[in-house]
Formats: sequence, structure tokens, C-alpha cells
Amino acid sequence: MSEADAARDGAAGSGAPALEVDRVSFAYAGRKALDDVSFTVRRGRFTALLGPNGAGKTTLFSLITRLFDAREGAIRIAGRDLAKTGASALAPLGVVFQQPTLDLDLTVRQNLRYFARLRGLSVKDADRRIEAQLERLAMAERIGEKVRALNGGHRRRVEIARALLHDPEVVVLDEATVGLDVPTRRTIVDHVHDLTRTRNLAVLWTTHLIDEILPGDDLVVLHRGRIVATGTAEGVVAETGAPDLDGAFARLTRAPDGEAAAR
Amino acid sequence: MMPPSVSTPTLYRRAFVGIVSRELLRFLKQRERFFSALVRPLVWLVIFAAGFRAVLGLPIQPPYPTYITYDVYIVPGLVAMIQLFNGMQSSLSMVYDREMGSMRVLLTSPLPRWFLLVSKLFAGTCVSILQAYAFLLVAVALGIKIPWMGFLTILPVMALTGLMLGAVGMLLSSTVRQLENFAGVMNFVIFPTFFLSSALYPLWKMRESNYIVWQLCQLNPFTYAVEALRFGLYAKVNGFALSIVAVTLVVFLAGAIFGYNPSRGFQVRKSGGGE
Repeated sequence: MSEADAARDGAAGSGAPALEVDRVSFAYAGRKALDDVSFTVRRGRFTALLGPNGAGKTTLFSLITRLFDAREGAIRIAGRDLAKTGASALAPLGVVFQQPTLDLDLTVRQNLRYFARLRGLSVKDADRRIEAQLERLAMAERIGEKVRALNGGHRRRVEIARALLHDPEVVVLDEATVGLDVPTRRTIVDHVHDLTRTRNLAVLWTTHLIDEILPGDDLVVLHRGRIVATGTAEGVVAETGAPDLDGAFARLTRAPDGEAAAR
Repeated sequence: MMPPSVSTPTLYRRAFVGIVSRELLRFLKQRERFFSALVRPLVWLVIFAAGFRAVLGLPIQPPYPTYITYDVYIVPGLVAMIQLFNGMQSSLSMVYDREMGSMRVLLTSPLPRWFLLVSKLFAGTCVSILQAYAFLLVAVALGIKIPWMGFLTILPVMALTGLMLGAVGMLLSSTVRQLENFAGVMNFVIFPTFFLSSALYPLWKMRESNYIVWQLCQLNPFTYAVEALRFGLYAKVNGFALSIVAVTLVVFLAGAIFGYNPSRGFQVRKSGGGE
């Protein structure tokens, strides 16, 4: 970790990490998908989990959201161990899945109310939060429309609003901009970056698109189930000796055995 | 804005209401689903039963107080058929939702998996009860005589049989990974389940014609669901049938909860990666 990274730790990431992935390994029927993966996501920081297709990002995402349990290692959300605490450890977590997860036949409001009830919100409180979140995402006027009538970008905004409805400490987003046009992608990436600054949120953003990572973001590079680099985007570039992040990513993911120049 | 801070019972209650009300909302919005659920048993009642009415005589047998026509006989079986199809359709939508995403929203809630699955099962059962009542009203309009008290006394029985058939579907959905595999499973399950039961013919008739098939019918829990409904519709209790249904519900629900367990479930073992 560079001095700049260490300084940033002190400034924005004081206290316990919002999300800790600690020596996690996972295999499907004997095929190792994750191998001794460790990293942290701190409050007020945008952490990009970058990796090519097949790197293990979605597996890791499934473990963090407890679709599956990690059999080796530990995952802690706001200090609470997922395996030991069980489902209640998911309470401080907001999630945006790669696949669309809205019910197309229900309205925006009905979709968000459903989620709010799953998080224990009263209808009155939920409605207040729904309006506030949609307002921030410039979606308030679409509240009564069926999701089927919304385009992909608007659906994604509704999913982001949903992930924030219960005021989580950590938000994880799995390839949240897949299938969106460039301006919409940029709007969503900027909005999520804003959330780290304005709400001190910890964000884990999985992606394979390098242009979604901004200078100063934290970066975790995953390749063939192993972490091959961590640090700030600038730090990773510097450690690989590449001219830019594209070059650094190419170098890190070119090694046939997953070994990396920077760790 | 502060994060919600609610007591555990309130959290469970609100989540339960959310899951059930979402299922009912979806049901109300999907009119095609409602009409297809209604048309299927009506085709059996109006066309199939009309043909068999002429050739199949039924002696007096419990719970019927007198001779009945064939169309009266098959009504409870058709109620069970509605619940069987609904259970399978719910499980199909669970496979679809799991593949496409919305099931993930449910499974990543801060509530135990068993509670989420039981709530989902209960929600599906509510939908199947609404469908069954709609069918019974149409059957009455078509001239089938049902005691009015039966509309009330069949309700708890439909709740139990609906939960059982939903649990069967839920267990199936936990073992099937891809949607395309599920259509074959459904056909493999629905048709033998329905035909190897007392839904369409009294079991003593089956025994006369084929002893082995009769034995298979005796082993089929769906037979007991049909019989429990038949007695319930005539304000009577078939304790043995209800017991079999209850035990089957517990066994299949336990299997489904195991199947969806994030540590040990079938999906964990089968899942193949993604990225």
C-alpha cells in the first residue's frame, strides 16, 4: 500500500471496515472459483472490484449477499460475521444485482414498497423514503408507472433507489451498468460516487469496465479467483509500471497462472 | 434518514405481509393466469365429466349422503388440480425469479431462509384458494350442488392441501437449476400425480381394473389431498387423509428449506460459476 493510500485510510476510512472479505475460498464441485481472497471496503470509499469475465466476481458477490455461504474464510458486514450471525447480518447491506430484479407487472412504488416491507419499514416511512430516493434520482414522476414501461436506465435507477431505501452502510453493485448506453452509464457511475461522499457510504462496485473507475477510487483486481492487485487506482498503475489503468489491467490479467506484478 | 429500527416480531410481520401482498398483487395483475387457472378445470368439468357421466355410475359412498353424478364427484379433484397447478406454477416462477433475479431480492433479506420460504409458500396458497373459490362459484352456476356450509369448511382444508402442493413444488424448484429443465419436470410430476389419484375415479374402481395402479394411487399423497377436500366440501372431516397431507407437507417443506439453505442446499452444490 502506498503512503497516499495509507493517508486516505486515515481520512475517509476511520474505524472498522464496512465490509471485510477475509481469506475466502470457494469451489464448485472441486473447481476452485475463489482462492484465499481478502480485502476491505471502507466507509466513504468507492471500491471497484475489477476483473475479466470468469474472474470470480459474481461468485464473490453471491457470497457477500449470502446467496451461498463461504465455507472457507469469513465475510463481515459492519463488523458482523455472515456465517456466525446469519441473515440478520445482511441488514446494513444494500444490493444491486447484475440481472434485473424488479417485477415488471408492478409499479415502481409497489416494487419499492415490497422491498421496504422486507426490511421492516412501515408503509408511511417507506413511502417517505421512496419519494425522497426517487426525487434524488430524478425518477419521482415515474412512481406510479409499471416497471415494464421504463427503459433500462430508469429501471437501474429504481434498483439503486431500492438498495438505498433502508439507509444501508454498505452498497454492493454487480456489473450495474451492463446493457446501458454510455451517457446513462456515466450518470449512474457519477451518482454512486456521489453517494460515497455525501452519505459516507461504503460502495463495492464490481465491473470489467475500466472507464467506470475514477482517479482516487480503491481498486481490487481479481483474476482467476485470486486477488492480483489492491490499492488506489493510481497506486496499482504505479506498481505495475504501466502508463495507465488499461495497461495495468492488461498486465495484471495476462499472467497465465494468475500471479501478478502488484499485490 | 435513519435506518429502520424495529422489533423482531414487527420485522417478521411486515415482511410476511409484504410477501403475501406482492403475490396477490401479481395475481390480480396477471389476468391471463387467473383465466387459464379457471378454464383448465372447467374444461374437465364441462366436457370430460359430461362424457363420463353417461358411462360411469357411482354408488353411495362417503362423504356423499346419496347418489351423485360424475360431475359432482370430480369437483374436489378439480379443486386439488387447481392447487397442484398453482403449486407447480409458483415453483416455476421461483426458478425463473432465481435465474432472472427477483428471487434474489427475497433471499438477501435479513430474515431466516425458512421464514422467507414459508411466507412465499403461504402467499402461493392464498392465490390457489382464490382460484379454487372462483372455480367453485362457476361450478355452482353450472348446476353442481354444493352445500353452502362446504364453502366455509373447505377453507382450512384448502389451506393445508395448498401448502402441501406448494411445498412439493418448492422442493422441486430447489433442485432444478435452469428454467428449461423445469418444464420436463413439471410434466413428469403433474400428470402422474393427477391421474394416479382419486381425483377422476373412485379408488375402488381402480382396484377392480388394475391392482398395481391402485397401489400406486394409495401411495400418492395427492389422493389424500383430494379426499380431504372431498370431505371438507361436504362439511365432514377425513382425519386420516388430513394426517397424510400434514405429514407430507412437513417432509417436503423440510426438504425445500434444506434445498434453499445457503450452506448445504442443492443449488450450492450444483451451481456452476457465473463469473
